[in-house]
Amino acid sequence: MSSKIKDATIPTIPFKARFSRWFGRNLLRIYMIFGFSYLFIPVAYTFAFSFNDSGKSNLIWKGFTLGNWQNPCGAPQICAALGNSIKIGLLATIFSTILGTMIAFAIGRYQFAGRSSSNLLIFLPMATPEIVLGASLLSLFLVFKVNPGFWPTVIAHVMFCVSFVVVTVKARIASLDPRLEQAAMDLYANELETFRRVTLPLVAPGIAGAALLAFSLSFDDFIITNFNSGTMMTFPKFVYVAAARGIPAQANVIGSSMFFLALAIVVAGQLVNRKKAR
Amino acid sequence: MSITLPKVRVPYLLLFPGFAFLFTFFILPIINLAQTSTQTPIAGGDTGQYEQTFAFSNYVNAFLDNREQFARSFVYATLATIFALAIAYPLAYAIAFKSGKFKNILLVLVVAPFFTSFLLRTIAWKQILGEEGFLVPTLRNLHLMGQQTTITSTSVAVVAGMTYNFLPFMTLPLYASLERIDPRTIEASGDLYANAITTFRRVTVPLSMPGVVAGTLLTFIPAAGDYVNAAILGSPNTKMIGNVIESRYFKIVDYPTAAALSFTLMAAILILVTLYIRKAGTEELV
Amino acid sequence: MAIDPIEARGDLRLTRITKSYGDFKAVDDLTLTIPKGSFFALLGPSGCGKTTTLRMVAGLEEPTVGSIHLGDTDITTTRPYQRPINTVFQNYALFPHLTIFENIAFGLRRRGIKDVKEQVDKVLSLVELPHLAERKPTQLSGGQQQRIALARAIVNRPALLLLDEPLGALDLKLRRQMQIELKWIQREVGLTFVHVTHDQEEAMTMADTIAVMNEGKIEQMGSPADLYDDPETAFVANFLGQSNLIKGKIEGNDGDNLVIDLFGQKISMPKARSHAVDNSLYAGIRPEKFRITRAGSDVRGNVLNGGRIEDVSYIGVSTQYVVAMPWGQELMVFEQNDDGVPPFNKGEEVVISWEPSFTFGLRGDEDIEAGTEVNPEQLDE
Repeated sequence: MSSKIKDATIPTIPFKARFSRWFGRNLLRIYMIFGFSYLFIPVAYTFAFSFNDSGKSNLIWKGFTLGNWQNPCGAPQICAALGNSIKIGLLATIFSTILGTMIAFAIGRYQFAGRSSSNLLIFLPMATPEIVLGASLLSLFLVFKVNPGFWPTVIAHVMFCVSFVVVTVKARIASLDPRLEQAAMDLYANELETFRRVTLPLVAPGIAGAALLAFSLSFDDFIITNFNSGTMMTFPKFVYVAAARGIPAQANVIGSSMFFLALAIVVAGQLVNRKKAR
Repeated sequence: MSITLPKVRVPYLLLFPGFAFLFTFFILPIINLAQTSTQTPIAGGDTGQYEQTFAFSNYVNAFLDNREQFARSFVYATLATIFALAIAYPLAYAIAFKSGKFKNILLVLVVAPFFTSFLLRTIAWKQILGEEGFLVPTLRNLHLMGQQTTITSTSVAVVAGMTYNFLPFMTLPLYASLERIDPRTIEASGDLYANAITTFRRVTVPLSMPGVVAGTLLTFIPAAGDYVNAAILGSPNTKMIGNVIESRYFKIVDYPTAAALSFTLMAAILILVTLYIRKAGTEELV
Repeated sequence: MAIDPIEARGDLRLTRITKSYGDFKAVDDLTLTIPKGSFFALLGPSGCGKTTTLRMVAGLEEPTVGSIHLGDTDITTTRPYQRPINTVFQNYALFPHLTIFENIAFGLRRRGIKDVKEQVDKVLSLVELPHLAERKPTQLSGGQQQRIALARAIVNRPALLLLDEPLGALDLKLRRQMQIELKWIQREVGLTFVHVTHDQEEAMTMADTIAVMNEGKIEQMGSPADLYDDPETAFVANFLGQSNLIKGKIEGNDGDNLVIDLFGQKISMPKARSHAVDNSLYAGIRPEKFRITRAGSDVRGNVLNGGRIEDVSYIGVSTQYVVAMPWGQELMVFEQNDDGVPPFNKGEEVVISWEPSFTFGLRGDEDIEAGTEVNPEQLDE
């Protein structure tokens, strides 16, 4: 019986049919390659042109140089702008994370009158176009005779980041098993100790994620910043203003560095998570 | 089950700082915007001086004068949203179902490009698609494009830029929704005589709707108010309502008109979003 | 002189405990004393209030009405972390971000004990998992997690250890093994265990005393043997094992026995084992107490004639029969396969007999469907 199976010839499928079957199965994978390439084109371009020996205007390729990377602050104002963006980002992250986490705990953990209205209030800033957020805040500052500048920008950034922090932390809180906190109390931890030793460590990744999100939203923000910063320069604003006369290659250097830095942080975070699980 | 503390009203204490902040710097400004929008310039005063006259005609004038830009904004935003959905859906699907152990890496790669400054990316596109880039001259040499036609400074470029820039806002919610689908429901569909296309249409797509709704909202809302893509990749002919509002604040100082335009934009978005949500049937978004 | 609740020791006393959620009473006027050092089981179907009762003892819920005492100390309103009571949760609730060592040491550290290593090591040896101290909970199997959850509670030497269906997620063999181990540990360490479960076999295997709960109340409390051999309500009779309940009428006395008419046939049972309040009752006999013989053979004790075999199931250890009686009821009979006699066949005419003292009597107005496995109402949920 088995020899009969061994002797039977394996049917060969014609090449055309094999190809179309392979193609059908891998269609999505091929699409992914195209899709990711599309996503990375401007990034690659920016990176490539950071090596351009361009002088003031980085439009045409003039020659390869490491000079821009060796002297990233060479263009006037660029490092001041970058410094402002980082300072604002850190301040906005700290405040929005604290305020947002508190709100997330309140909404995610407790039943109280006005809970659904609170959800709505958090959702509204995310549903409002940036231009309206920026313009309305500017109007308010003008009414109170506050000049746009550094602190109004920080305030504006905190304002639009809080909602994102709330949503991120709330999601993490929702996935927390309430029985863990009950177990902690059962094991002689009072409310404060339970929060400190069980709740907070378990929510921490969500808070960290929210902080990272807040920082990246703040750092990359242009529209709201534009309305509330007055003469103070941030990095995105610098690029926008410079676009008219020519963006120095140093901007590409800084942009690419941010890309690699952020990529490194995320990859490191993934590795830490995997190590923790082991 | 949350354990309630006896005396102290903990939730309200937690909410207070954040909500006080939001009230002062979100609600109050919007209210102020409302009252600015009905003001008129003081006769004989300097620029920037207004008085409250409850001039609701500001809204009418603002809308009529700029109806072209309003229309354009919503058309561009809708197009960008549709294109983003078309591009992002297969991508999110591939990552959710076809990526095996590379799933996390791919997710990072979807978001990674957006660590480069949004302005640098948009300007990169401008240069790639512009006269100095290599794409346009090549297409012209191959006679696929006329010598006079450009890509930049057209509505095509603006919509393309918007589509690109809002792609992660569309991809991530779609991915989250698709990832939650129990693969066994898809198997069950096959077991019940549905082929791949039918399964996709009748099982996968409906189950991914929450992600679709979230993604389209997160894309459309900022897109409608955007002006940076139009400024960098477009021309005066592609001005969106955002550009108008910006110029009314900084170039031609006309706060009441700018305020009225902002409110109209916000109202229009809110109405569209409410209708859309009702139709799509998702209540819990946040 | 009031003592710190955490020092309280003694019997656990629940007095007239009621827990209401709006109109719904999860626990209804419950009074119960659990003696120190015993292995006590709260047994009942889901929704009967047993878990709610447990949580009130742990301090995770507060009773609407009533009081809880540990020894002489009133602990009704003390917080969970002030009670010398620890819980083994249903899904173990091990802290995922801490090592096994730190999980077990958690309670000790919260109580201010600095030197925890010795005690943690000791309890890890008790549950036979000393090599897992540095792992994280997600790396452990279900059975291992369950034992660590137990260790985490025991290491604190609580006055009372509460177990909330801790064996539910384990497969059958492991569950059987853990039942024996838990019993051994309880005896070894000398703590009072209160075990909540819906599995009546589990309760009977492990507990010294069982309280059967139904709809917020205790139906009956006693040793496993008491509850099994002499149930007082139909719920208990049906929930613990299986019962045959036959409607009958008390006709008279015969010394210490009652004479009962079952659809025209006469049987007798000890007066003491009847809980009837008037002359109508249900005569209850466990299926394994029945004996089947062919018509015409020699029988003793109570006899019911006219049975016909409707169904035969060979289980290996025993053979289960469904026997149709002349009045339309089907009785269940379990015969042990211990004598090499071949089983009866479907359709055969048989006689059922049993030792009269095995009979128990329930009130005539009992709902004989109470406590049976599949409740049609539960199916709708």
